[in-house]
Amino acid sequence: MAVIQVQRKPLSLAERTYIPQVIGGLLTTIKYFFRPSETLQYPEQRPAIPPGYRGVPTLVMDPHGREKCVSCQLCEFVCPPKAIRITPGSVAQGAGVDHVEKAPQAFDIDMLRCIYCGLCEEVCPEEAIVLQNQFSMSGYGRSEMVNHKDRLYELGGTLPDKHFKWDKKKAAETGAGGHH
Amino acid sequence: MANFFFGLPLMVQGIAKGLAVILFIFPVAAACSMAERKVSAWIQRRPGPNRTIPPFFVGIPGASILQRLGIFQLAADGGKFFFKEEPLPNHVHKFYFILAPFIAMIPAFTTVTVVPFGAYLDPEGKVIPIMLANVDIGILAIFAVASLGVYSLILAGWASNSKYPFLGGVRASAQLISYELSMTLSVLPVFLWVNEPGSSGSLSLARVVEFQSHAGFWGGTWFLFTMPLSAAIFMIALFAETNRQPFDMPESEADLVGGFHTEYGAFKWSLFFVAEYANMIVGSAVFALLFLGGWNLLPWLPLSSLLEDLHRLTGSALWLNPLVSGVLSIAIFVAKVLFTIFFFMWVRWTVPRFRYDQVMRIGWKVLLPLSIANLVAYTVGIYFLQG
Repeated sequence: MAVIQVQRKPLSLAERTYIPQVIGGLLTTIKYFFRPSETLQYPEQRPAIPPGYRGVPTLVMDPHGREKCVSCQLCEFVCPPKAIRITPGSVAQGAGVDHVEKAPQAFDIDMLRCIYCGLCEEVCPEEAIVLQNQFSMSGYGRSEMVNHKDRLYELGGTLPDKHFKWDKKKAAETGAGGHH
Repeated sequence: MANFFFGLPLMVQGIAKGLAVILFIFPVAAACSMAERKVSAWIQRRPGPNRTIPPFFVGIPGASILQRLGIFQLAADGGKFFFKEEPLPNHVHKFYFILAPFIAMIPAFTTVTVVPFGAYLDPEGKVIPIMLANVDIGILAIFAVASLGVYSLILAGWASNSKYPFLGGVRASAQLISYELSMTLSVLPVFLWVNEPGSSGSLSLARVVEFQSHAGFWGGTWFLFTMPLSAAIFMIALFAETNRQPFDMPESEADLVGGFHTEYGAFKWSLFFVAEYANMIVGSAVFALLFLGGWNLLPWLPLSSLLEDLHRLTGSALWLNPLVSGVLSIAIFVAKVLFTIFFFMWVRWTVPRFRYDQVMRIGWKVLLPLSIANLVAYTVGIYFLQG
Protein backbone atom coordinates (compact mmCIF):
# COMPACT_ATOMS: atom_id res chain seq x y z
CA MET A 1 0.00 0.00 0.00
CA ALA A 2 1.52 3.18 -1.16
CA VAL A 3 1.08 6.07 1.20
CA ILE A 4 0.11 9.24 -0.59
CA GLN A 5 1.16 12.35 1.27
CA VAL A 6 -1.47 15.01 0.64
CA GLN A 7 -0.04 18.48 0.49
CA ARG A 8 -2.19 20.81 2.54
CA LYS A 9 -1.35 24.16 1.06
CA PRO A 10 -2.45 27.26 2.92
CA LEU A 11 -5.20 29.17 1.13
CA SER A 12 -4.07 31.85 -1.24
CA LEU A 13 -5.28 35.40 -0.81
CA ALA A 14 -7.73 35.04 -3.69
CA GLU A 15 -9.14 31.91 -2.10
CA ARG A 16 -9.46 33.57 1.27
CA THR A 17 -11.49 36.44 -0.15
CA TYR A 18 -13.93 33.78 -1.33
CA ILE A 19 -14.69 35.82 -4.46
CA PRO A 20 -13.22 33.64 -7.29
CA GLN A 21 -14.96 30.62 -5.77
CA VAL A 22 -18.31 32.37 -5.63
CA ILE A 23 -17.96 33.54 -9.23
CA GLY A 24 -17.02 30.02 -10.31
CA GLY A 25 -20.02 28.68 -8.46
CA LEU A 26 -22.31 31.23 -10.10
CA LEU A 27 -21.03 30.16 -13.52
CA THR A 28 -21.68 26.51 -12.67
CA THR A 29 -25.23 27.13 -11.50
CA ILE A 30 -26.11 29.30 -14.50
CA LYS A 31 -24.79 26.54 -16.77
CA TYR A 32 -27.23 24.13 -15.18
CA PHE A 33 -29.99 26.75 -15.33
CA PHE A 34 -29.91 26.64 -19.13
CA ARG A 35 -29.70 22.86 -19.45
CA PRO A 36 -32.90 20.97 -20.22
CA SER A 37 -34.68 19.34 -17.32
CA GLU A 38 -33.87 15.78 -16.41
CA THR A 39 -37.26 15.00 -14.94
CA LEU A 40 -39.38 12.20 -16.35
CA GLN A 41 -42.96 13.48 -16.53
CA TYR A 42 -44.16 10.28 -14.98
CA PRO A 43 -47.72 9.40 -15.84
CA GLU A 44 -47.28 10.60 -19.42
CA GLN A 45 -43.72 9.40 -19.89
CA ARG A 46 -42.83 5.95 -18.66
CA PRO A 47 -39.37 4.81 -17.63
CA ALA A 48 -37.60 2.28 -19.84
CA ILE A 49 -37.80 -1.08 -18.06
CA PRO A 50 -34.51 -2.95 -18.24
CA PRO A 51 -34.53 -6.68 -19.12
CA GLY A 52 -34.68 -8.88 -16.04
CA TYR A 53 -36.75 -6.34 -14.12
CA ARG A 54 -38.61 -7.79 -11.16
CA GLY A 55 -42.05 -6.24 -11.23
CA VAL A 56 -45.38 -7.62 -10.08
CA PRO A 57 -45.43 -11.46 -10.10
CA THR A 58 -47.85 -12.83 -12.69
CA LEU A 59 -49.04 -16.20 -13.99
CA VAL A 60 -48.46 -16.90 -17.69
CA MET A 61 -50.01 -19.23 -20.21
CA ASP A 62 -48.23 -21.29 -22.82
CA PRO A 63 -48.65 -20.48 -26.56
CA HIS A 64 -51.62 -22.91 -26.78
CA GLY A 65 -53.48 -20.82 -24.23
CA ARG A 66 -53.18 -23.45 -21.52
CA GLU A 67 -52.21 -22.54 -18.01
CA LYS A 68 -48.71 -23.59 -17.14
CA CYS A 69 -49.07 -23.77 -13.39
CA VAL A 70 -49.45 -27.32 -12.10
CA SER A 71 -49.99 -26.17 -8.51
CA CYS A 72 -46.92 -27.90 -7.15
CA GLN A 73 -46.90 -25.16 -4.46
CA LEU A 74 -43.12 -24.77 -4.54
CA CYS A 75 -43.55 -21.02 -4.87
CA GLU A 76 -45.91 -20.97 -1.93
CA PHE A 77 -43.37 -22.81 0.21
CA VAL A 78 -40.38 -20.75 -0.90
CA CYS A 79 -42.09 -17.38 -0.62
CA PRO A 80 -40.25 -15.60 2.25
CA PRO A 81 -43.11 -13.27 3.28
CA LYS A 82 -45.77 -15.96 2.68
CA ALA A 83 -47.56 -13.84 0.11
CA ILE A 84 -48.69 -16.76 -2.10
CA ARG A 85 -51.66 -18.98 -1.29
CA ILE A 86 -52.54 -21.84 -3.64
CA THR A 87 -55.50 -24.19 -3.50
CA PRO A 88 -54.67 -27.13 -5.78
CA GLY A 89 -57.39 -28.60 -7.94
CA SER A 90 -57.73 -31.28 -10.56
CA VAL A 91 -57.87 -30.65 -14.29
CA ALA A 92 -60.97 -31.27 -16.36
CA GLN A 93 -60.59 -34.40 -18.47
CA GLY A 94 -60.85 -33.93 -22.23
CA ALA A 95 -60.78 -30.17 -22.14
CA GLY A 96 -57.39 -29.97 -23.83
CA VAL A 97 -55.58 -29.31 -20.59
CA ASP A 98 -55.13 -32.91 -19.49
CA HIS A 99 -51.48 -33.01 -20.46
CA VAL A 100 -50.87 -32.26 -16.78
CA GLU A 101 -52.39 -33.76 -13.66
CA LYS A 102 -53.22 -30.71 -11.58
CA ALA A 103 -54.00 -27.06 -11.91
CA PRO A 104 -54.58 -24.39 -9.24
CA GLN A 105 -58.17 -23.98 -8.23
CA ALA A 106 -57.29 -20.70 -6.58
CA PHE A 107 -54.04 -18.76 -6.73
CA ASP A 108 -53.76 -15.63 -4.61
CA ILE A 109 -50.75 -13.34 -4.29
CA ASP A 110 -51.08 -10.74 -1.56
CA MET A 111 -49.23 -7.73 -2.97
CA LEU A 112 -49.16 -6.10 0.46
CA ARG A 113 -46.90 -8.94 1.58
CA CYS A 114 -44.90 -9.52 -1.62
CA ILE A 115 -41.32 -8.28 -1.45
CA TYR A 116 -40.58 -8.74 -5.18
CA CYS A 117 -37.66 -11.06 -4.39
CA GLY A 118 -38.31 -13.25 -7.43
CA LEU A 119 -37.74 -16.54 -5.56
CA CYS A 120 -41.11 -17.83 -6.84
CA GLU A 121 -40.01 -17.28 -10.42
CA GLU A 122 -36.68 -18.93 -9.72
CA VAL A 123 -38.14 -21.98 -8.04
CA CYS A 124 -40.99 -22.63 -10.52
CA PRO A 125 -40.30 -25.81 -12.49
CA GLU A 126 -42.91 -24.88 -15.08
CA GLU A 127 -41.81 -21.26 -15.71
CA ALA A 128 -45.40 -20.44 -14.91
CA ILE A 129 -44.90 -17.54 -12.50
CA VAL A 130 -42.92 -14.61 -13.87
CA LEU A 131 -42.10 -11.20 -12.42
CA GLN A 132 -42.90 -8.92 -15.32
CA ASN A 133 -42.68 -5.19 -16.05
CA GLN A 134 -45.56 -3.78 -14.07
CA PHE A 135 -44.17 -1.78 -11.13
CA SER A 136 -47.09 0.18 -9.77
CA MET A 137 -50.13 -1.28 -8.03
CA SER A 138 -52.87 0.60 -6.28
CA GLY A 139 -56.21 -0.23 -4.72
CA TYR A 140 -58.83 1.25 -2.44
CA GLY A 141 -58.47 -1.41 0.22
CA ARG A 142 -56.48 -4.38 1.41
CA SER A 143 -58.71 -6.82 -0.44
CA GLU A 144 -58.04 -5.06 -3.73
CA MET A 145 -54.31 -5.54 -3.22
CA VAL A 146 -54.69 -9.34 -3.41
CA ASN A 147 -54.22 -10.60 -6.96
CA HIS A 148 -56.53 -13.55 -7.63
CA LYS A 149 -55.96 -16.14 -10.30
CA ASP A 150 -57.90 -14.42 -13.11
CA ARG A 151 -56.12 -11.12 -12.39
CA LEU A 152 -52.76 -12.89 -12.37
CA TYR A 153 -53.40 -14.39 -15.80
CA GLU A 154 -54.68 -11.07 -17.08
CA LEU A 155 -51.44 -9.38 -15.96
CA GLY A 156 -49.26 -12.24 -17.17
CA GLY A 157 -50.59 -12.93 -20.66
CA THR A 158 -48.85 -15.48 -22.81
CA LEU A 159 -45.13 -16.01 -22.99
CA PRO A 160 -43.31 -18.18 -25.57
CA ASP A 161 -42.46 -21.69 -24.42
CA LYS A 162 -39.39 -23.43 -25.78
CA HIS A 163 -39.91 -26.81 -24.13
CA PHE A 164 -43.56 -27.99 -24.00
CA LYS A 165 -42.17 -30.55 -21.60
CA TRP A 166 -45.48 -32.18 -20.63
CA ASP A 167 -46.55 -32.55 -24.27
CA LYS A 168 -43.25 -34.26 -25.07
CA LYS A 169 -43.57 -36.45 -22.02
CA LYS A 170 -47.09 -37.44 -22.86
CA ALA A 171 -46.18 -38.15 -26.48
CA ALA A 172 -43.30 -40.30 -25.32
CA GLU A 173 -45.60 -42.13 -22.93
CA THR A 174 -48.34 -42.93 -25.41
CA GLY A 175 -46.02 -43.50 -28.38
CA ALA A 176 -43.82 -46.56 -28.85
CA GLY A 177 -40.57 -46.94 -26.94
CA GLY A 178 -41.37 -44.68 -24.04
CA HIS A 179 -39.31 -44.60 -20.90
CA HIS A 180 -42.11 -45.86 -18.69
CA MET B 1 -56.32 61.43 -19.62
CA ALA B 2 -53.06 62.86 -18.31
CA ASN B 3 -54.70 66.25 -17.98
CA PHE B 4 -57.61 64.77 -16.08
CA PHE B 5 -55.21 63.03 -13.69
CA PHE B 6 -53.14 66.13 -13.01
CA GLY B 7 -56.37 68.12 -12.51
CA LEU B 8 -57.35 65.95 -9.55
CA PRO B 9 -56.67 67.15 -6.01
CA LEU B 10 -53.15 66.33 -4.85
CA MET B 11 -54.43 64.00 -2.14
CA VAL B 12 -56.43 61.90 -4.62
CA GLN B 13 -53.47 61.77 -6.99
CA GLY B 14 -51.24 60.55 -4.20
CA ILE B 15 -53.70 57.89 -3.08
CA ALA B 16 -54.17 56.70 -6.68
CA LYS B 17 -50.43 56.46 -7.24
CA GLY B 18 -49.91 54.72 -3.92
CA LEU B 19 -52.62 52.17 -4.69
CA ALA B 20 -51.14 51.60 -8.13
CA VAL B 21 -47.73 50.90 -6.63
CA ILE B 22 -49.13 48.56 -3.97
CA LEU B 23 -51.28 46.81 -6.55
CA PHE B 24 -48.10 46.29 -8.55
CA ILE B 25 -45.84 45.22 -5.69
CA PHE B 26 -48.25 42.82 -3.98
CA PRO B 27 -48.76 40.53 -7.00
CA VAL B 28 -45.10 40.82 -8.01
CA ALA B 29 -44.04 39.89 -4.49
CA ALA B 30 -46.37 36.91 -4.68
CA ALA B 31 -45.17 36.03 -8.17
CA CYS B 32 -41.61 36.13 -6.86
CA SER B 33 -42.41 33.08 -4.75
CA MET B 34 -43.28 31.20 -7.94
CA ALA B 35 -40.21 32.62 -9.65
CA GLU B 36 -38.19 31.38 -6.71
CA ARG B 37 -39.57 27.86 -7.12
CA LYS B 38 -39.07 27.93 -10.87
CA VAL B 39 -35.52 29.28 -10.73
CA SER B 40 -34.68 26.75 -8.04
CA ALA B 41 -36.09 24.02 -10.23
CA TRP B 42 -34.30 25.08 -13.39
CA ILE B 43 -30.96 25.37 -11.62
CA GLN B 44 -31.49 21.85 -10.31
CA ARG B 45 -32.64 20.67 -13.77
CA ARG B 46 -36.24 20.04 -12.69
CA PRO B 47 -39.32 21.48 -14.43
CA GLY B 48 -40.75 22.90 -11.20
CA PRO B 49 -44.49 23.26 -10.53
CA ASN B 50 -46.11 22.71 -13.93
CA ARG B 51 -49.24 20.61 -13.51
CA THR B 52 -51.98 22.73 -11.92
CA ILE B 53 -54.68 23.91 -14.32
CA PRO B 54 -58.34 24.63 -13.59
CA PRO B 55 -60.60 22.30 -15.61
CA PHE B 56 -62.29 25.14 -17.50
CA PHE B 57 -58.92 26.35 -18.80
CA VAL B 58 -57.97 23.03 -20.39
CA GLY B 59 -57.79 23.36 -24.16
CA ILE B 60 -57.61 27.15 -24.32
CA PRO B 61 -54.55 28.00 -26.42
CA GLY B 62 -51.86 29.64 -24.32
CA ALA B 63 -53.21 28.20 -21.09
CA SER B 64 -50.75 25.34 -21.26
CA ILE B 65 -47.87 27.84 -21.28
CA LEU B 66 -49.28 29.42 -18.11
CA GLN B 67 -49.69 25.93 -16.71
CA ARG B 68 -46.06 25.08 -17.38
CA LEU B 69 -44.97 28.38 -15.80
CA GLY B 70 -46.93 27.49 -12.67
CA ILE B 71 -49.21 30.55 -12.78
CA PHE B 72 -52.25 28.51 -11.78
CA GLN B 73 -50.26 26.90 -8.98
CA LEU B 74 -49.50 30.39 -7.70
CA ALA B 75 -53.20 31.29 -7.80
CA ALA B 76 -54.09 28.05 -6.04
CA ASP B 77 -51.52 28.69 -3.32
CA GLY B 78 -52.78 32.22 -2.84
CA GLY B 79 -56.37 31.03 -2.63
CA LYS B 80 -55.36 28.41 -0.12
CA PHE B 81 -53.81 31.02 2.16
CA PHE B 82 -57.02 33.02 2.12
CA PHE B 83 -59.36 30.17 2.88
CA LYS B 84 -57.50 27.79 5.15
CA GLU B 85 -57.95 27.79 8.90
CA GLU B 86 -55.99 30.38 10.86
CA PRO B 87 -54.15 28.46 13.55
CA LEU B 88 -53.64 30.39 16.76
CA PRO B 89 -51.69 28.24 19.21
CA ASN B 90 -52.75 28.40 22.83
CA HIS B 91 -49.36 29.27 24.25
CA VAL B 92 -48.71 32.44 22.24
CA HIS B 93 -49.14 36.06 23.31
CA LYS B 94 -52.13 36.51 21.07
CA PHE B 95 -52.11 40.27 20.55
CA TYR B 96 -48.45 40.53 19.59
CA PHE B 97 -48.62 37.26 17.68
CA ILE B 98 -51.26 38.74 15.38
CA LEU B 99 -49.59 42.14 15.32
CA ALA B 100 -46.19 40.87 14.12
CA PRO B 101 -47.09 40.03 10.50
CA PHE B 102 -48.72 43.42 10.06
CA ILE B 103 -45.62 45.12 11.42
CA ALA B 104 -43.68 43.13 8.84
CA MET B 105 -45.89 44.39 6.04
CA ILE B 106 -45.98 48.08 6.95
CA PRO B 107 -42.27 48.97 6.57
CA ALA B 108 -42.03 46.77 3.50
CA PHE B 109 -44.68 48.82 1.73
CA THR B 110 -43.80 52.18 3.30
CA THR B 111 -40.27 52.28 1.91
CA VAL B 112 -41.68 52.22 -1.60
CA THR B 113 -42.89 55.80 -1.22
CA VAL B 114 -39.42 57.31 -1.59
CA VAL B 115 -38.19 54.91 -4.27
CA PRO B 116 -38.40 56.43 -7.75
CA PHE B 117 -39.32 53.80 -10.31
CA GLY B 118 -39.18 55.66 -13.58
CA ALA B 119 -39.02 59.03 -15.25
CA TYR B 120 -40.76 60.87 -18.04
CA LEU B 121 -39.85 63.70 -20.38
CA ASP B 122 -41.93 66.77 -19.76
CA PRO B 123 -42.74 69.02 -22.76
CA GLU B 124 -39.55 71.03 -22.20
CA GLY B 125 -37.47 67.87 -22.51
CA LYS B 126 -36.58 67.71 -18.83
CA VAL B 127 -36.44 64.28 -17.15
CA ILE B 128 -38.88 64.21 -14.24
CA PRO B 129 -38.66 61.19 -11.90
CA ILE B 130 -41.83 59.23 -11.18
CA MET B 131 -42.14 58.47 -7.51
CA LEU B 132 -44.68 58.73 -4.76
CA ALA B 133 -42.84 61.30 -2.66
CA ASN B 134 -39.78 63.12 -3.99
CA VAL B 135 -38.42 64.01 -0.58
CA ASP B 136 -34.86 65.01 0.11
CA ILE B 137 -34.29 62.45 2.86
CA GLY B 138 -34.67 59.60 0.32
CA ILE B 139 -32.23 56.88 1.30
CA LEU B 140 -32.33 57.94 4.95
CA ALA B 141 -36.08 57.34 5.03
CA ILE B 142 -35.57 53.90 3.48
CA PHE B 143 -32.95 52.90 6.04
CA ALA B 144 -34.97 54.32 8.90
CA VAL B 145 -38.22 52.61 7.95
CA ALA B 146 -36.71 49.37 6.69
CA SER B 147 -34.88 48.87 9.98
CA LEU B 148 -38.27 48.82 11.70
CA GLY B 149 -38.87 45.54 9.88
CA VAL B 150 -36.63 43.76 12.35
CA TYR B 151 -39.16 44.47 15.11
CA SER B 152 -41.69 42.26 13.38
CA LEU B 153 -39.24 39.35 13.47
CA ILE B 154 -38.35 39.96 17.11
CA LEU B 155 -42.01 40.36 18.03
CA ALA B 156 -42.98 37.21 16.14
CA GLY B 157 -40.17 35.25 17.75
CA TRP B 158 -40.99 36.46 21.23
CA ALA B 159 -44.78 36.32 20.97
CA SER B 160 -44.65 32.73 19.69
CA ASN B 161 -43.46 31.76 23.18
CA SER B 162 -41.51 28.69 22.14
CA LYS B 163 -37.83 27.99 21.75
CA TYR B 164 -37.23 27.86 17.98
CA PRO B 165 -39.08 31.06 17.13
CA PHE B 166 -37.35 32.72 20.07
CA LEU B 167 -33.91 31.73 18.82
CA GLY B 168 -34.90 32.85 15.32
CA GLY B 169 -36.00 36.23 16.62
CA VAL B 170 -32.77 36.69 18.58
CA ARG B 171 -30.70 35.79 15.57
CA ALA B 172 -32.76 38.10 13.38
CA SER B 173 -32.17 41.07 15.63
CA ALA B 174 -28.43 40.44 15.89
CA GLN B 175 -27.98 39.84 12.17
CA LEU B 176 -30.05 42.73 10.92
CA ILE B 177 -28.50 45.23 13.29
CA SER B 178 -24.97 44.06 12.42
CA TYR B 179 -25.42 44.37 8.68
CA GLU B 180 -27.29 47.67 8.79
CA LEU B 181 -24.06 49.39 9.81
CA SER B 182 -22.01 48.30 6.83
CA MET B 183 -24.97 48.79 4.51
CA THR B 184 -25.36 52.42 5.52
CA LEU B 185 -21.62 53.08 5.44
CA SER B 186 -21.29 51.51 2.00
CA VAL B 187 -23.72 53.92 0.33
CA LEU B 188 -22.26 57.05 1.94
CA PRO B 189 -19.54 57.48 -0.76
CA VAL B 190 -22.28 57.56 -3.41
CA PHE B 191 -23.99 60.45 -1.69
CA LEU B 192 -20.71 62.21 -0.97
CA TRP B 193 -19.99 62.02 -4.68
CA VAL B 194 -23.48 63.13 -5.72
CA ASN B 195 -23.65 66.11 -3.41
CA GLU B 196 -20.82 68.20 -4.82
CA PRO B 197 -19.63 71.06 -2.66
CA GLY B 198 -21.66 74.15 -3.35
CA SER B 199 -24.77 72.31 -4.52
CA SER B 200 -27.77 71.97 -2.26
CA GLY B 201 -27.49 68.66 -0.43
CA SER B 202 -29.98 65.90 -1.03
CA LEU B 203 -30.25 62.22 -0.14
CA SER B 204 -32.93 61.66 -2.79
CA LEU B 205 -32.49 58.54 -4.88
CA ALA B 206 -33.76 60.36 -7.96
CA ARG B 207 -30.78 62.68 -7.58
CA VAL B 208 -28.40 59.70 -7.70
CA VAL B 209 -29.92 58.50 -10.97
CA GLU B 210 -29.83 62.01 -12.37
CA PHE B 211 -26.14 62.09 -11.53
CA GLN B 212 -25.58 58.84 -13.46
CA SER B 213 -27.32 60.26 -16.55
CA HIS B 214 -24.95 63.13 -17.29
CA ALA B 215 -23.28 63.33 -20.66
CA GLY B 216 -19.65 62.35 -21.13
CA PHE B 217 -17.63 59.35 -19.99
CA TRP B 218 -17.54 60.08 -16.26
CA GLY B 219 -21.03 61.56 -16.23
CA GLY B 220 -22.69 58.48 -17.69
CA THR B 221 -20.75 55.91 -15.68
CA TRP B 222 -22.82 53.84 -13.34
CA PHE B 223 -21.65 53.79 -9.74
CA LEU B 224 -21.20 50.05 -10.08
CA PHE B 225 -18.03 50.79 -12.08
CA THR B 226 -16.72 53.71 -10.08
CA MET B 227 -17.53 52.21 -6.68
CA PRO B 228 -17.42 48.42 -7.08
CA LEU B 229 -16.53 47.84 -3.43
CA SER B 230 -19.50 49.89 -2.23
CA ALA B 231 -21.76 47.95 -4.57
CA ALA B 232 -20.39 44.61 -3.35
CA ILE B 233 -20.75 45.50 0.33
CA PHE B 234 -24.23 46.89 -0.25
CA MET B 235 -25.26 43.75 -2.11
CA ILE B 236 -23.92 41.41 0.59
CA ALA B 237 -25.55 43.47 3.33
CA LEU B 238 -28.76 43.42 1.32
CA PHE B 239 -28.69 39.62 1.32
CA ALA B 240 -28.37 39.70 5.09
CA GLU B 241 -31.02 42.39 5.55
CA THR B 242 -33.59 40.52 3.48
CA ASN B 243 -32.79 37.22 5.25
CA ARG B 244 -31.82 35.56 1.99
CA GLN B 245 -29.50 32.60 1.73
CA PRO B 246 -26.63 32.43 2.50
CA PHE B 247 -27.69 34.61 5.45
CA ASP B 248 -31.03 33.03 6.33
CA MET B 249 -30.28 32.88 10.05
CA PRO B 250 -33.73 34.06 11.26
CA GLU B 251 -35.44 31.28 9.34
CA SER B 252 -32.76 28.57 9.41
CA GLU B 253 -34.96 25.81 8.10
CA ALA B 254 -32.19 23.33 8.87
CA ASP B 255 -31.61 24.07 12.54
CA LEU B 256 -34.56 26.17 13.76
CA VAL B 257 -37.49 24.45 11.96
CA GLY B 258 -38.89 27.72 10.60
CA GLY B 259 -37.21 30.25 12.84
CA PHE B 260 -39.40 33.17 13.80
CA HIS B 261 -42.40 31.94 11.79
CA THR B 262 -42.44 28.37 13.12
CA GLU B 263 -45.75 28.91 14.90
CA TYR B 264 -47.36 30.82 12.08
CA GLY B 265 -49.61 29.40 9.40
CA ALA B 266 -52.10 30.32 6.74
CA PHE B 267 -52.64 34.00 5.98
CA LYS B 268 -50.40 35.38 8.73
CA TRP B 269 -47.52 33.30 7.46
CA SER B 270 -48.13 34.43 3.91
CA LEU B 271 -47.97 38.05 5.10
CA PHE B 272 -44.43 37.42 6.37
CA PHE B 273 -43.67 35.79 3.07
CA VAL B 274 -44.98 38.67 0.96
CA ALA B 275 -43.24 41.18 3.24
CA GLU B 276 -39.95 39.37 2.72
CA TYR B 277 -40.32 39.52 -1.04
CA ALA B 278 -41.50 43.14 -0.90
CA ASN B 279 -38.32 43.90 1.05
CA MET B 280 -36.35 42.14 -1.65
CA ILE B 281 -38.05 44.19 -4.34
CA VAL B 282 -37.37 47.47 -2.55
CA GLY B 283 -33.79 46.43 -1.79
CA SER B 284 -33.21 45.46 -5.41
CA ALA B 285 -34.77 48.73 -6.52
CA VAL B 286 -32.43 50.71 -4.29
CA PHE B 287 -29.48 48.73 -5.61
CA ALA B 288 -30.56 49.37 -9.21
CA LEU B 289 -30.97 53.09 -8.50
CA LEU B 290 -27.70 53.54 -6.67
CA PHE B 291 -25.40 51.35 -8.69
CA LEU B 292 -27.12 50.27 -11.91
CA GLY B 293 -28.16 53.66 -13.23
CA GLY B 294 -31.87 53.42 -12.43
CA TRP B 295 -33.95 53.84 -15.56
CA ASN B 296 -31.02 54.36 -17.95
CA LEU B 297 -30.91 51.46 -20.37
CA LEU B 298 -27.13 51.14 -20.64
CA PRO B 299 -24.16 52.85 -19.08
CA TRP B 300 -23.32 56.02 -21.03
CA LEU B 301 -26.81 55.93 -22.59
CA PRO B 302 -29.10 58.00 -20.38
CA LEU B 303 -32.87 57.87 -20.83
CA SER B 304 -33.12 61.30 -22.47
CA SER B 305 -30.56 60.49 -25.17
CA LEU B 306 -32.09 57.02 -25.65
CA LEU B 307 -35.46 58.65 -26.33
CA GLU B 308 -33.89 61.21 -28.65
CA ASP B 309 -32.09 58.45 -30.55
CA LEU B 310 -35.34 56.50 -30.89
CA HIS B 311 -37.05 59.69 -32.02
CA ARG B 312 -34.37 60.30 -34.64
CA LEU B 313 -34.25 56.68 -35.85
CA THR B 314 -37.98 56.10 -36.16
CA GLY B 315 -38.92 59.69 -36.95
CA SER B 316 -41.89 59.42 -34.62
CA ALA B 317 -42.54 62.08 -32.01
CA LEU B 318 -44.33 59.42 -29.98
CA TRP B 319 -41.12 58.63 -28.08
CA LEU B 320 -41.06 62.09 -26.54
CA ASN B 321 -44.62 61.71 -25.23
CA PRO B 322 -44.57 61.78 -21.40
CA LEU B 323 -46.71 58.64 -21.16
CA VAL B 324 -44.57 56.59 -23.57
CA SER B 325 -41.30 57.73 -22.04
CA GLY B 326 -42.68 57.04 -18.58
CA VAL B 327 -43.76 53.51 -19.45
CA LEU B 328 -40.46 52.79 -21.21
CA SER B 329 -38.40 53.99 -18.26
CA ILE B 330 -40.52 52.01 -15.81
CA ALA B 331 -40.07 48.92 -17.97
CA ILE B 332 -36.28 49.39 -18.03
CA PHE B 333 -36.22 49.90 -14.27
CA VAL B 334 -38.47 46.91 -13.52
CA ALA B 335 -36.29 44.74 -15.75
CA LYS B 336 -33.25 45.72 -13.70
CA VAL B 337 -35.07 45.05 -10.44
CA LEU B 338 -36.25 41.66 -11.66
CA PHE B 339 -32.73 40.77 -12.76
CA THR B 340 -31.43 41.69 -9.32
CA ILE B 341 -34.10 39.49 -7.76
CA PHE B 342 -33.05 36.70 -10.11
CA PHE B 343 -29.51 37.26 -8.87
CA PHE B 344 -30.77 36.73 -5.30
CA MET B 345 -32.25 33.39 -6.30
CA TRP B 346 -29.19 32.48 -8.34
CA VAL B 347 -26.90 33.05 -5.35
CA ARG B 348 -29.23 31.04 -3.15
CA TRP B 349 -28.37 27.88 -5.08
CA THR B 350 -24.69 28.72 -5.40
CA VAL B 351 -23.36 29.73 -2.00
CA PRO B 352 -23.91 27.40 0.94
CA ARG B 353 -25.40 28.80 4.14
CA PHE B 354 -23.10 30.41 6.64
CA ARG B 355 -23.00 29.26 10.21
CA TYR B 356 -24.22 31.80 12.74
CA ASP B 357 -20.74 32.66 14.02
CA GLN B 358 -19.55 33.04 10.43
CA VAL B 359 -22.37 35.47 9.76
CA MET B 360 -21.30 37.56 12.72
CA ARG B 361 -17.61 37.36 11.77
CA ILE B 362 -18.28 38.46 8.18
CA GLY B 363 -20.48 41.28 9.37
CA TRP B 364 -18.26 42.72 12.06
CA LYS B 365 -14.72 41.70 11.12
CA VAL B 366 -14.87 41.91 7.33
CA LEU B 367 -17.69 44.06 6.00
CA LEU B 368 -17.65 46.77 8.65
CA PRO B 369 -13.88 47.53 8.44
CA LEU B 370 -14.06 47.27 4.65
CA SER B 371 -16.91 49.73 4.43
CA ILE B 372 -15.18 52.15 6.80
CA ALA B 373 -11.96 51.93 4.76
CA ASN B 374 -14.00 52.37 1.60
CA LEU B 375 -15.68 55.44 3.02
CA VAL B 376 -12.39 56.99 4.11
CA ALA B 377 -10.72 56.25 0.75
CA TYR B 378 -13.57 57.72 -1.26
CA THR B 379 -13.87 60.74 1.03
CA VAL B 380 -10.20 61.56 0.43
CA GLY B 381 -10.58 60.85 -3.29
CA ILE B 382 -13.68 62.99 -3.62
CA TYR B 383 -11.99 65.80 -1.69
CA PHE B 384 -9.19 65.90 -4.25
CA LEU B 385 -11.42 65.40 -7.32
CA GLN B 386 -14.23 67.79 -6.49
CA GLY B 387 -12.84 69.99 -3.72
